[in-house]
Amino acid sequence: MSEATPLLRMRGIVKQFPGVRALDGVDLEVLPGEVHCLLGQNGAGKSTLIKTLAGAHQPDEGTITLNGADVRLSSPIAAIRLGISTIYQELDLVDGLSVAENVFLGHEPARLGFVGRGRATRATRELLARLGHGEINPSTEVGRLSPAAKQVVSMARALSHDTRLIIMDEPSAALAHDEVGNLFRIIRELTAQGVAVVYISHRLEEIREIGDRVTVLKDGRTVAVGLPAKQTPTSRVVALMTGREVEYVFPPRRAERVAGAEVLRVERLTVPGVFADVSFSVRAGEIVGLAGLVGSGRSEIIEAVYGARRFSGQVFLEGRPVRGGGTTGAVRLGMGLAPEERKAQALLLDQSVSRNISLASLGRYSRLGWMDRRREAADAREMVRALDIRPADPERPVKTLSGGNQQKAVLARWLLNDRRLLLLDEPTRGVDVGARAELYALVRRLADEGIGVLLVSSEVPEVLGLADRVLVLREGRVIREADAGELDEHAVLDMIMEGSAL
Amino acid sequence: MTSPADERVETPVRKPAVLSPLARLGEMRHLGLVVALVLLAVVGLVTVPGTFATTSNLVSILSLAATIGVITVGMTFVIIGGGIDLSVGAVMALASVWATTLATQSYGPLVMIVCAVLVGTGAGLVNGLLISYGRMVPFIATLAMLVAARGLAQRMSDRRTQLVQQGNEMIVELSTTRVLGIPLLVYIFALVVLAGWVVLNRTTFGRRTYAVGGNPEAARLAGIDVRRHTVALYALSGLCCGIAAVLIMARTTTGSSTHGDLYELDAIAAVIIGGTLLTGGRGSIIGSILGLLIFTVITNLFILNGLNTSDQLVAKGLIIVVAVLLQRRALTSRT
Repeated sequence: MSEATPLLRMRGIVKQFPGVRALDGVDLEVLPGEVHCLLGQNGAGKSTLIKTLAGAHQPDEGTITLNGADVRLSSPIAAIRLGISTIYQELDLVDGLSVAENVFLGHEPARLGFVGRGRATRATRELLARLGHGEINPSTEVGRLSPAAKQVVSMARALSHDTRLIIMDEPSAALAHDEVGNLFRIIRELTAQGVAVVYISHRLEEIREIGDRVTVLKDGRTVAVGLPAKQTPTSRVVALMTGREVEYVFPPRRAERVAGAEVLRVERLTVPGVFADVSFSVRAGEIVGLAGLVGSGRSEIIEAVYGARRFSGQVFLEGRPVRGGGTTGAVRLGMGLAPEERKAQALLLDQSVSRNISLASLGRYSRLGWMDRRREAADAREMVRALDIRPADPERPVKTLSGGNQQKAVLARWLLNDRRLLLLDEPTRGVDVGARAELYALVRRLADEGIGVLLVSSEVPEVLGLADRVLVLREGRVIREADAGELDEHAVLDMIMEGSAL
Repeated sequence: MTSPADERVETPVRKPAVLSPLARLGEMRHLGLVVALVLLAVVGLVTVPGTFATTSNLVSILSLAATIGVITVGMTFVIIGGGIDLSVGAVMALASVWATTLATQSYGPLVMIVCAVLVGTGAGLVNGLLISYGRMVPFIATLAMLVAARGLAQRMSDRRTQLVQQGNEMIVELSTTRVLGIPLLVYIFALVVLAGWVVLNRTTFGRRTYAVGGNPEAARLAGIDVRRHTVALYALSGLCCGIAAVLIMARTTTGSSTHGDLYELDAIAAVIIGGTLLTGGRGSIIGSILGLLIFTVITNLFILNGLNTSDQLVAKGLIIVVAVLLQRRALTSRT
């Protein structure tokens, strides 16, 4: 099999985004009829690589050959015409259309502009039968199907083109256990027919079961090509994924930890179907980290603590209960949140830095409803100076700032009004390396001033380097709680991916 | 887009006298509206020199603008807050009918005014509650209110025009009494505009309005009670409809279920021409009022020139399109 002509060969792919080199020389080689797994941590460049293959991004450098011929994937349509189909993580189906309409969306069999409904329905039925799901009715509305059935429809759509290569981005994420088995059966049938599959998943056990070979990405580079999926030990894969060149600079922890008073206590917190029975506490001056994969419940825990979700169980801030289903209570008690999606969830992009900073403290500037604009401006100037927000102009629209400075503006919003607890969800997402060190130092300084911090990050080194204490999450449960010093990156990655260690 | 390299460049400290880019753009946008208004005035001076620039004509333009103008102030709040209120004309009609029933009129003019204001605010409150807590789309909730309020007004009045009775002339005097040659109702209009500007630009309520419309999720996570604020915005719009009802009673000496037909479209158009985005989070009272004045002056010019009113509608449609296209260009050229 090693000397078979590769179906796809990518060489030295480079993709540069403003401020980030997302792909920095990636090689990938896929053989016909194989399941090729792509592994890497968040931010390693997997999604950028997929999008390059799907024709959604154009590489700045490098070559792509398909069946020995150089190709340019200039648009998604060009990629599909060449036989490359992509099934994205968030299924891109139209809920209001029928199964058949979805399958043939964009390439409806038509005559003189009239859609050949009968032909589309027949062809869809054949495709579904080929996938072993003849029971799905082509005229059913897609919105009424289960996630697993939607997955099958997505696959039927991929096959409705003359497909030689299917890219699957975490296809099992939305599926229950027995449905994953069915997905694997379909993948095996496809590969038996000579179709190649690029399979992306965080779950190593799945890769063992379905994969033929593995390519590992790290920091935008290929670090291992074509490892045998079944024989390579987990420890080797994890080592490849983590061996890191980008150095994180973390501020020193205080030599002896002063046990502050308990700020946050969470008891048996549960959101059905997301996470269950989570209990922990955060003390004043302490940074507690939540480590886990996407879907492990880490962001949802933070949202529940903040009252943004309904939950069962109990949350106390300095002994006073927080209720779910509204954030005003949590804010009044002294919590602040820097949410995961900074632009969508935190910022008023068109408005000035100053107005973004004052947003959570309007009550403080209100005299009978009247805005004390002079004090607002003075406080904003003070915050911009204290957190070194650049450029140092509080009147500038916040959207013109870099990611790191936007994040500082979000933190400034909360520091303005005396917080007891800060919830940080992916605080360094989209922040470049230099600015990260500054943010780490800032968070540590705040903790030293007596604020409790609850930190979520998908980057394990960040959690281990910044937090004092770490909770490891897997599939909605806490599987380990320990001081950060007792854990190392390998062990934590092992735990969140395999659930093996205890 | 700023690259990390740009940020390390020292930015000179801005002198306080210089306006920020946003403020400058705001001024320019209003400047465009003012220029349009001046151009229309020139057209008036050229085509109907004898009648356009007279005091009585200017006063009639302002009186005409006053009723919709008050409604436009409320509409501006709702739209900046990310919503829309289609029920304004119908709610105004209902308030005018309720205030001119014989039963209400028997209590005298002050009670009539209070009645109109309460009916308007109440209808707005219902809109807000349906949207915030009933989770209805603003378009649908206020469309339902439009139909229902108009129907209720017809039922209450039996589809008859209700005259302001003798003894309640104080209402009518709002349009007949003049101070410095200008009727009282124009002063009321000006007061509402001023109050609206102050609330929007100088109070925390105004700040929250921009935040709720610009990014409701960010507002919610910053601890702002978005639902309560939304209810308040629609109640405010209803309040404006109540005040407008008083003005229309003053001008026409009647309450009628046919008052305010299609006012919602004029008000929304004025807000859009004034540069407020229908997606919320951006806009200004001054812009809306300038937009409304442009509309009113066009109507006035068509009437003075004896032109077809149908052509006038076509002209208004064109103006909306041109205004939006120009604003889009101003926005994109900035980034």
